[in-house]
This record gives sequence, C-alpha cells and structure tokens, in this order.
Amino acid sequence: MTAGKIRVVVAKPGLDGHDRGAKIIARALRDAGMEVIYTGLHQTPEQIVETAIQEDADAVGISILSGAHMTLVPRILELLRKDGAEDMLVVVGGTVPQDDADELKKQGVAAVFGPGATTTEIVDFLRGAVPA
Amino acid sequence: MAATDDRSVDAAGIDAWRELFEAKPEREGELFSTMSGVENEPLYAPGSVEVDYDRDLGYPGVFPFTRGVYPSMYRGRLWTMRQFAGFGTAAETNERFRYLLEHGQTGLSTAFDMPTLMGYDSDHPRAEGEVGREGVAVDSLDDMETLFSGIPLGEVSTSMTVNSPAAMLLAFYVCVGEQQGVGRDRLRGTIQTDILKEYIAQKEYIFPPEPSMRLVTDMVEFTSREMPLWHPISVSGYHIREAGSTAAQELAFTLADGFTYVEWAIERGLDVDDFAPRLSFFFNAHLDFFEEIAKYRAARRIWATLMRDKYGAKDPRSWLMRFHTQTAGVSLTAQQPEVNVVRTAIEAMAAVLGGTQSLHTNSFDEALALPTEHAVRLALRTQQVIAHETGVVNTIDPLGGSYYVEHLTNELERQAYDYFDRIEKLGGVVEAIKQNFFQREIAEASFQYQSEVESKRRIVVGVNRYVLEDEQPIEILKIDAALEQEQIERVRAIRGRRDSAGVEAALARLTEDAARDDRNLMGPIIDASRAHVTMGEMCDALREVWGVWRETPVF
Repeated sequence: MTAGKIRVVVAKPGLDGHDRGAKIIARALRDAGMEVIYTGLHQTPEQIVETAIQEDADAVGISILSGAHMTLVPRILELLRKDGAEDMLVVVGGTVPQDDADELKKQGVAAVFGPGATTTEIVDFLRGAVPA
Repeated sequence: MAATDDRSVDAAGIDAWRELFEAKPEREGELFSTMSGVENEPLYAPGSVEVDYDRDLGYPGVFPFTRGVYPSMYRGRLWTMRQFAGFGTAAETNERFRYLLEHGQTGLSTAFDMPTLMGYDSDHPRAEGEVGREGVAVDSLDDMETLFSGIPLGEVSTSMTVNSPAAMLLAFYVCVGEQQGVGRDRLRGTIQTDILKEYIAQKEYIFPPEPSMRLVTDMVEFTSREMPLWHPISVSGYHIREAGSTAAQELAFTLADGFTYVEWAIERGLDVDDFAPRLSFFFNAHLDFFEEIAKYRAARRIWATLMRDKYGAKDPRSWLMRFHTQTAGVSLTAQQPEVNVVRTAIEAMAAVLGGTQSLHTNSFDEALALPTEHAVRLALRTQQVIAHETGVVNTIDPLGGSYYVEHLTNELERQAYDYFDRIEKLGGVVEAIKQNFFQREIAEASFQYQSEVESKRRIVVGVNRYVLEDEQPIEILKIDAALEQEQIERVRAIRGRRDSAGVEAALARLTEDAARDDRNLMGPIIDASRAHVTMGEMCDALREVWGVWRETPVF
C-alpha cells in the first residue's frame, strides 16, 4: 500500500443502475491521487461492508438514487459497527431529501452530497475528514 | 439551399462579414461548442452546408423522412401527450392514471419499481426498501388487473417501461385484456424491451446478452403474429443520454441497437417488413436546442436509408422512425427547482420541432423526488401551451433549410456512421458490450461534461452561477413506507391461494422451453401468468437455465 494515500470504496447499493455519478466520483477521486475501489452495481450492504473492510478503506462513498437510502444506509452503518469498523468514514451521494439527510447524519453518516455537488467539494471533504 | 455554383458569390459576402466579426473580441470563458462538444461556427450561410434537397431532405412522409414521418404531421394530429407515471402499489398508480386521463392526457405510460425491473418479487430480500419507490410494484397478474382497473384496454394505448422481464409484463397485460374481453389483436401500446441499452447504460439487466436477445426476439415474433397493433420494442437512447453520453453517441448507439434487433429477427426467419413497422424509438430531449432537433432529423434519415438499402425493407412503413421523447431528467437541478419548468419547456419545444410522435415532460421537482400531482399537471400544461398557444405546430419541420440545422444534421449523421464502423470492427453491438466499449465512451463523455461544468466553461443556472444562498425547500412527494409491507402481503396471499400444481407445471414447461432454442417462450409465459405464477418466479426459473449477467465496471 502506498503510504499516505486515502483509500476509498465507492459503492452502489440497491437495485438502481444509475452509475453516472458513482463513476464520475470514482474517477475524480482517483485523479486527486486517492486509491479508489469501485464495487460495481447492485451490491448488498453485506457485500459493501465486506469490500470496505477487506480493502482497509478510510472511507466508503455510497451512491444511491433508488429511494431506498433509509433502508440501505442504516444497514451499512450497523454492519460496520458490528465488524468494529465504526471509525470508517461513510459519505452518501444521490437524491436524498433534506429530512432524510439530517437523519442519516444523526446515525453516523459524515456527509450527504446532493445533486449539483462538485467533485472538488467531495475531494476536499475527504481530505479534511480522513486523518492523515 | 445553395447550390455549389453560388459559392463564389457567397464567399465574397461571407469574407466581408468575417472581417467585421473578427474586429470585435468574442466573450471568454464559456464554450461555444454544443453541449456535446460539436464545434459551432459563429454563422452558417449558403456555402456552409451541402444539401441535395430531394436526396437529403425530401418531403414529410416521403423518403428519407428527414422532415417528418407523416405527410401532415401536427396539422393532422398532435403528438401524444404521454406522462410516465408509477409509484407505490397498483391501486395508487391506477388513481394517478385516471387523474391524468381526466386532465387531457391521451396515452398511459407505466413506470415500474426497481424490484420489478430486476425480476424480483416484492417479498424478495433484495427488494427491501425499494418496493414502490421509483415506480409501481407489479408481481403478478393480480397487480396488473388492479393497475388497469376501470381503464378500458380496447380504448387506450399503454406504454410499459420494462426490459429484462418485459415478456412477463406483456403476458400479464394480454391476460388483463382477455378478462376485459379485449383480444390481444386489439391491444395497442408499446413495451420497451430494449435490453441492449440496459447493458450499455441503464444497467437493469438480469440474464447474459444472448439469452436476453433470444427472449426479445421471441416477443418480436409473437407480436408480429398475434398483436398487430403492439410495438414490441422501443429502442431507447433516453437512458444512454442520461448516463452521460453525447447527442451523437445517443443517436449512434440507439440506432446500432435498433439494427441489431432487426438482424436477430431476420436471423430468426422473420420477414423484415413483418415486424419493422412496429419498432419504435425513444429519445432524450436535452438543452442544446438545435443539436437535439438535428439529432431527430438525422435519426430518421439514417434509419430509413439503412432499413431500405442495407436490410432490404420494401414496405415504406418499415423505413419510418417513429419516436417518443422525454425531456432530460439529468438537466433538472435540485437548486431553484422552479427553473426546471423553463428547461423542460425548451427541451419539449426541441422535441416538437424535431417531429416527435409522443412526449413526456418532466416535472420540476424530479431532481428531488418523484413528482407531486401539482408538478405533474404543470408539466402536462407545458405541452399543452406548446401545442395550442405557440403556433409551432402550424408548419411542418419549420427549421428545415436552416443553414445551421442542416449542417448539424449532417454532422450528427456523419458521427453516427463513424460509430457504426467502430462497432462493426468490434464484432457488433453484443460483442462491443462485452468489451465495455459503450460503457467507456459514455463514462468519458460524462466526465468531460462534468469537468466543463466544474470549471464553469458550461454554466448551469442556479448551480454554478446565479446561486441563491437561501434556498427555500419545496413540498415533495413522500412514498408511504407502509405500502411495501402491504405489497409484500399481497404477493404472499396470492401464493397462498393459487393452485400449486398448476404453478409447478407452468414453471416446469417454462424451464424446459427456455433450455431449447427452437421454442418461443411467450406461450409458456402467458400460461404461467394465467396460473398466477409471479414475475419473480418466472425470472428465477430463467436464471436457473440462463445464469445472470455481471459487468466489469469501467470508470
């Protein structure tokens, strides 16, 4: 492993196939010098947590546009806790209404990026939030 | 349009203009190319474009149909205003359908939820949290009955947006028709069935490409025999564009997919003229106004030309590219969402000037959630204003002969043919999918566009300029989480009360026929539907035989 590089798992849980955002983020993070593992589509929370732990990720970026975020994201948080990985930074991107975003943050999500967020914002956030 | 011999005259005039033009500096910062990156000259004039009127444009309803598929276009009949709807349970969507019909909508369009699109019943573990969220949940014939309750299937035309399990949903619809006393030969509508663009862009696939294509071809064969008013495939560029492609890629990949379905059906032994008249298309209407209009015009010309000259279609109806259009979901912003009404109106205008046969206008709140009833009505009203107040419907292809639009039409056509060559070199569409060709091209284009927006070379109002610091939240539609449980109980109740021997027998026959290439699966699927076998159970049976598809993602 390259010392100092931030490792991020970009994950697509749920059944929707909208991977435009996930791929743009994955590429932007890679271009910003991070190690990026993209899980591909249609992942279960179990698969995502397993990948994140195996890859020893600093952060998991969850891209979700299916409306199932209030089911799937809490499940991922819970599984991370169960595996002792509650320190792993979890960020969410997608069409998440404000109330839901607030609730997810309460449950432990570090940030929720909605439509219109820039890749620069997300890169900066990760650099600031992941301990060097 | 200028003939070649006028050029010297034009050239002198244009040189004088160019001198004047170049005397003033151009604005800096924003790009002048189309949003897809096609370079634009500041002016197009008679010498800028080569068009042979009869060969390249012709007349509406006349080969190559550049100016429109029908001789009278909107002077004869307006486009069908078809708003896509679906959420929650079948009963709720049925209510929305009736609401839209009461407000002057002329056709129905059904959105299914993610579990349905992926071939899972509502009580499958993978469906948790997704039931009824992005569309309506339909697990069995019983749900389809509820969905169309009180709607006479002999009188409406219905569009169903479903691909991997399209055969099952079509079978349910046929059975509901039977119950209403409407024979399958009288059912009118379209089912999307375009599996190729699922691998390319939308990613709601179940089985590997070859068996999926076999199932599509079964549907084409079945409908050409028994459902003369039904469109078995809506070849869709919409999702390709939403995934981030350029206009030229949308055009090229969609047409390449269309030709691939034609090739498979011919290979099956069908006569091209027996099915081609019922293939239809579905395009995006994005914000770059003239580029979109040019795209539709180029699409008609390419389809007509290749259907006649390459695939040997003799029936003129086989040459016609009829298409539905939806305004671009990706162009909607979550910021200052009311502004989306304006974007959608402009996009809808492009679709109409491009000669669309039917149109869905997005609602302004769709970057945030599924639309409210208020937002949907406003979107429908947008179409009605274009149709009845603006006058754009009074003259056919009013932009035909515009130097710029004809230039762009030629340019998009040229780019499409370049892509056809590249796809052919890769071994055709199915091979190109396996090599991730389309997926890579689209990812590249979407990243390019995102970079242009982030560096403010493209301006998105309210997002990277004219930003409001204090955005007021708008009212959005919330799907009642209790609906999921209701739907789960519904499907379980059906399993409990049906005749299980009949179910076993129907599934055994489906499995057996799926393993043999010489059987058409529509018969066994309709029989299974009548026996109340669920959509998920049928898909599971086919998964057993065919396996499932996994892509290696590229970014």
